[in-house]
Amino acid sequence: MTSKSAIAIDKARAEGRAALIGYLPAGFPSVEDTIAAGIALARNGADLIEVGIPYSDPVMDGPVIQAATTEALAKGFSVRQVFDVVAGITAETDAAVLVMTYWNPVLRMGVDEFSRRLAEAGGAGLITPDLIPDEAAEWMEASDKYGLDRVFLVAPSSSPERMRRTVEASRGFVYAVSIMGVTGARTSVSTAAQGVVAAAKEAGAERVCVGLGVSNADQVAEIAAYADGVIVGTALVSAIRDGGVDAVASLTKDLSAGLTRK
Amino acid sequence: MAEAPTAGSDEGSVDAFLQGGTSLRHAPGPYFGSYGGRWMPESLIAALDELEDTFDKAKADPEFTAQIADLNKNYSGRPSLLTEAKRFAEHAGGVRVFLKREDLNHTGSHKINNVLGQALLAKRMGKTRVIAETGAGQHGVASATAAALLGLECVVYMGAEDCRRQALNVARMELLGATVVPVTNGSQTLKDAINEALRDWVANVGNTHYLLGTAAGAHPFPAMVRYFHEVIGEEAREQILAQVGRLPDAVCACIGGGSNAIGIFHGFLDDPSVKIYGFEAGGDGVDTGRHAATITLGKPGVLHGARSYLMQDDDGQTIESHSISAGLDYPGVGPEHSYLADIGRVSYEPITDSEAMDAFRLLCRTEGIIPAIESSHALAGAIKVGQRLAAEGNASDKIVIVNLSGRGDKDVATAAEWFDLLDKDSAEAAIGKEGEQL
Repeated sequence: MTSKSAIAIDKARAEGRAALIGYLPAGFPSVEDTIAAGIALARNGADLIEVGIPYSDPVMDGPVIQAATTEALAKGFSVRQVFDVVAGITAETDAAVLVMTYWNPVLRMGVDEFSRRLAEAGGAGLITPDLIPDEAAEWMEASDKYGLDRVFLVAPSSSPERMRRTVEASRGFVYAVSIMGVTGARTSVSTAAQGVVAAAKEAGAERVCVGLGVSNADQVAEIAAYADGVIVGTALVSAIRDGGVDAVASLTKDLSAGLTRK
Repeated sequence: MAEAPTAGSDEGSVDAFLQGGTSLRHAPGPYFGSYGGRWMPESLIAALDELEDTFDKAKADPEFTAQIADLNKNYSGRPSLLTEAKRFAEHAGGVRVFLKREDLNHTGSHKINNVLGQALLAKRMGKTRVIAETGAGQHGVASATAAALLGLECVVYMGAEDCRRQALNVARMELLGATVVPVTNGSQTLKDAINEALRDWVANVGNTHYLLGTAAGAHPFPAMVRYFHEVIGEEAREQILAQVGRLPDAVCACIGGGSNAIGIFHGFLDDPSVKIYGFEAGGDGVDTGRHAATITLGKPGVLHGARSYLMQDDDGQTIESHSISAGLDYPGVGPEHSYLADIGRVSYEPITDSEAMDAFRLLCRTEGIIPAIESSHALAGAIKVGQRLAAEGNASDKIVIVNLSGRGDKDVATAAEWFDLLDKDSAEAAIGKEGEQL
């Protein structure tokens, strides 16, 4: 099955660099801004874009993303608007656009219905921080039916057996959590990340991208040396909060300078 | 009654269970019908596996079960009494009403059963730190108590608003050596305290056990928390047989997350003649939108690690719950209860704030027992159940057991405000208006 995420990562690989994946929460500060910022991300060096669905109980997120998604919800963001964001970005760019979501909003809409609408909007697939393959039977079926990528997470704590099962269940890439913790910028990326990538590769993963705590070009360069892609979230959320779409564009340009492998 | 589930309906299988000899009492998880499971970040799965493994081994280890039995007897004061409430029963259609006195346990509620068990498991895993969430402070105080007893560091997450309203419970936890962290994100309520505890757990899972306070969350928590509370139902069953010579007609408990309820239900789930009732917090009334009647009005979803009934909007966002009882003020419910609702083994009904407070006062005045407002929901339900049983005839032969899950000392200011008992210029009135619990 073709995978939009895999194609985007492979294209970066062919250019001798790691892929850059940028995260934006949908509806922060507005749906229009998220679309504009997504387009700016793609035009300034991001290969994949991760659009987050604001959720009432984001247990994997630190204070910056929590504050942004809480504000989006307070302003009346509704889940179906995520499809407008995905369609708005894919209409203007070639970037693979994934949706990052906690699982209950998908369940509530219906896994099949959500998947159908995501595919229709041009989305590449889902990143699911609180869904493990053990509970994903419905999603496995729907993602096959609509040709969507399934990006599950692996962590420093994942056993070799779980690593193997998760890699097997994933399509597109595997999301390696760099540290035992929640989202948020950190001054240094944990040394655990390289071990997680190695373990995922050992378990058969073709593409492994690293996220959590990455906020500057130096960290991007450090990770690009051993991973297939680098995921930046909180730093971009701070950028759009403080400087709008222009700040997203310039941060993306900075970050992408770190991608080329030395 | 609950709306029919969208998938995996288990309707009708209760008869198969009860007649076919399959026990409902020891459901091991991770699934209860289509509920339960592990809807959790991968980062925490290894810790859940370690906990499950430690728990399974501990259950089979006579040294562990002896430790629990010793603490229950010599620290908590178990077995708790089964007290017949004769004057209260006159208001329940004249049936016989027995109270399972969890209010007499050390720390004043059933919560101690679970915290001692989990704190012992934490020590077995070599963890030196426990974290807990708390709404009004009851589970936080119980956790701080167990941590003090067993020499563990304890951090309690509590909504900032709750910290302000429950200043004395914050002081209690601090007296016991715990650190209380006010949670200022999200809606600043119990569910956000759980979110924050989960974030702490992800970051510190190497040395930290999350001491979850109710029979909810990811596997093995629902089955494990039930295990530590099963003693309630086992004692109650033995005591009623000893005192009356037969099983009760009905068993009643209040339901927030559902830990006291699943504990007493456990004793009677396999007895088809015993009707079982769970009473949810109806708040201002289930048609007002201000309530915590999760099973009555919620829909299946996932929150905090389990699939279960959930108060949620059309987008799957969690809806804030409301109840005069902080202990029942939670928008989710343990997955085993969702299953027992679907198969029809347990009936779940809402009780409003006002019905609960009437029952609160009635027990005070007829029995000289001040109940927790949580438990008052079970008492109000028992009045209704008693009247229904009485309508079938032979009222004085009918027997109802109520789990009196906690004492009401903590609720005196709330009750005094509710019943307008305070001089409006008194310091206590000012405290009561703020929702303070003494």
